[in-house]
Amino acid sequence: MKIERIKTDLLIIGGGTAGCYAAITAAQDASQEAAESSSSNAAGNKGADLKILIVEKANIKRSGCLAAGVNALNAYITEGRTPKDYVEYAKKDADGIVREDLLYSISERFNEVTAHLEKLGLVILKDKDGKYVTRGNRNIKINGENIKPILANAVKKLPNVTVLNHVNIFDFSVHGNKIDGAYGFGIENDTFYAIEAGAVIIATGGAAGLYRPNNPGFSRHKMWYPPFNTGAGYAMGIRHGAEMTTFEMRFIALRCKDTIAPTGTLAQGVGAKQVNSLGEVYETKYGISTSERVYGTVAENLEGRGPCYLRTVGISDEQEESLLKAYLNMAPSQTIRWLENETPSKANVEIEGTEPYIVGGHTASGYWVDTKRATTIEGLYAAGDVAGGAPQKYVTGALAEGEIAAKSAVEYINATVDCHAPLQGSRNDVETEATIKEAEIASHVAEIETYLSQKNSLYTTEQLEEAMQIAMDEYAGGITTGYGYTEKQLNIAKEKIDEIESLTGKLSATDLQEVMYIYELKERITVCKSVIAHLATRHETRWHSFAENLDYPGKDNIHWRKYVNSRLVNGEIKTFTRELTAEGQKNYEHQH
Amino acid sequence: MSINIDQSKCIGCGKCHDVCPGTLIKINEQKKAFIKYPKDCWGCTSCIKECPVHAIRFFLGEDIGGKGSKVHTEKVNGLIRWIVEFPDGSVKHIDIDPKESNKY
Repeated sequence: MKIERIKTDLLIIGGGTAGCYAAITAAQDASQEAAESSSSNAAGNKGADLKILIVEKANIKRSGCLAAGVNALNAYITEGRTPKDYVEYAKKDADGIVREDLLYSISERFNEVTAHLEKLGLVILKDKDGKYVTRGNRNIKINGENIKPILANAVKKLPNVTVLNHVNIFDFSVHGNKIDGAYGFGIENDTFYAIEAGAVIIATGGAAGLYRPNNPGFSRHKMWYPPFNTGAGYAMGIRHGAEMTTFEMRFIALRCKDTIAPTGTLAQGVGAKQVNSLGEVYETKYGISTSERVYGTVAENLEGRGPCYLRTVGISDEQEESLLKAYLNMAPSQTIRWLENETPSKANVEIEGTEPYIVGGHTASGYWVDTKRATTIEGLYAAGDVAGGAPQKYVTGALAEGEIAAKSAVEYINATVDCHAPLQGSRNDVETEATIKEAEIASHVAEIETYLSQKNSLYTTEQLEEAMQIAMDEYAGGITTGYGYTEKQLNIAKEKIDEIESLTGKLSATDLQEVMYIYELKERITVCKSVIAHLATRHETRWHSFAENLDYPGKDNIHWRKYVNSRLVNGEIKTFTRELTAEGQKNYEHQH
Repeated sequence: MSINIDQSKCIGCGKCHDVCPGTLIKINEQKKAFIKYPKDCWGCTSCIKECPVHAIRFFLGEDIGGKGSKVHTEKVNGLIRWIVEFPDGSVKHIDIDPKESNKY
């Protein structure tokens, strides 16, 4: 294996929605700054010399959540509404457990990033007066099939941004709680990468594939969330002691059965109601928050009134034609399923809940960050699904967080730029630092080579992944138990996950892509352990289905209007609580 | 759900390999693309949209209601044409104008 050493100013791990937009923001700000004032360079600012590197395990053209497209922007401040309205909506949907400062900071940017996307080439539906056509109170309609290529093209045009595609980052380089780079390997070029950076933005998305999926057989990857989002960003942070928040608030999406395609286009687009097998509209019975919509569907099934559907029978031919197109632009499987079976005007669309995901763009799970998106590791910023505290982010929220994280990271780089000059410290310190780095590289390379050289592993990575998914499904509130769990079950889940983890050291791989699969499994295991610890901590059921604690079936506002946070201490995930930010609070700083 | 690559049509350009968000498509020694991990396909259809010679077909697994139809896209007069070939030999076209927004 070749070893390549790269030095950059800003390293962005993950070239999805948030990562690409972070690069665009940082590069634009840098060139603007250089144009405005050459004297700023003298003051230590990097200006146009700022080197930005995106490292992406696939290819930024279609990687991340938006590979197939998206058919609406779900977070937009429509005419007559304010950012405060959006904050209130997200807060209500999460029953209070949100960071208002984070929500304000994205809500105030939704419209600006949308305008930028349109400038880059995104098609947005407008009325005859040139105003965006809205879908409900917060959404606008787009043709988002090519949204990811649009972002990728914008990145490609930036002279100071380098993209490394097909390189998987699997560890941070952190010393004294300060990040100075990351380690990865090219999955197809037999190369180990040791990257040094002045600041790092983590934008690897959330985690799918922790629980047994809806379709565990041939179509196991036909899930809503990208199966390639394995929780790498969470896992790397957890292992280096970063504080995490709200992993107990799992996201379970209500989706079209089998294809796991979105339902919002049916519910909001053609006004399809949720009905049970008796034809009764049941959504009002359970409430209409995101988790209640899932819970109602589970409850109707458990009580013998399933299956449940979105009532689409009777929609017009024109509506049907538009739906077929809308799904081709974001979830083509659903259109094909309709064409191969019955179309939505002839048959209602069966719905089901997905397996639980951990995803900070929809619920509040992720890194505990300050308003600037700084994590508790110095120099490490988080954006998009990997960042916690701000649910209902969607695409525009991920863009906004990319922007905020980029500005903060660049500010940090410029503030610390002098430290990179020859140090006042002794030569020995520099040498010691280099020795530590070389030892880390050697140890990582040795581990990778062990996986490549080991033979006769009794278990395969795939088998252990399935074992993990079954353990989580049966004992940590998966689809099988209707998402409910007890403390006793969680204890069993933890035992099983620990056992599976102990077997990963013996796994073997024939190439670096298979080595990546081993690391992805280990990432998921780390996230599972955090999820179990968080679920066991919150002694209440605040969000049905998302965190259905059967030992504590009620909501407890006296004790649990708090964040549950966690940190790895001596190899164990330790959870603790923090008080909620104040009503209307717009700024939060880490208390060191 | 997965894809099927007709290697007799494949010209080995590697575009499908480059764009797959799971890096599941590889190019063999004969410069032909193949899907190495068919069960790991997410169904995003990125590869189908990239293929310059329309060698790739998308299909739904029987476990999620698939009935054997094959799907691909072609660019026709600036439109994206989705072409569904049903097992009985019939074909359906759905044309989408990329400049037009979804209505829902």
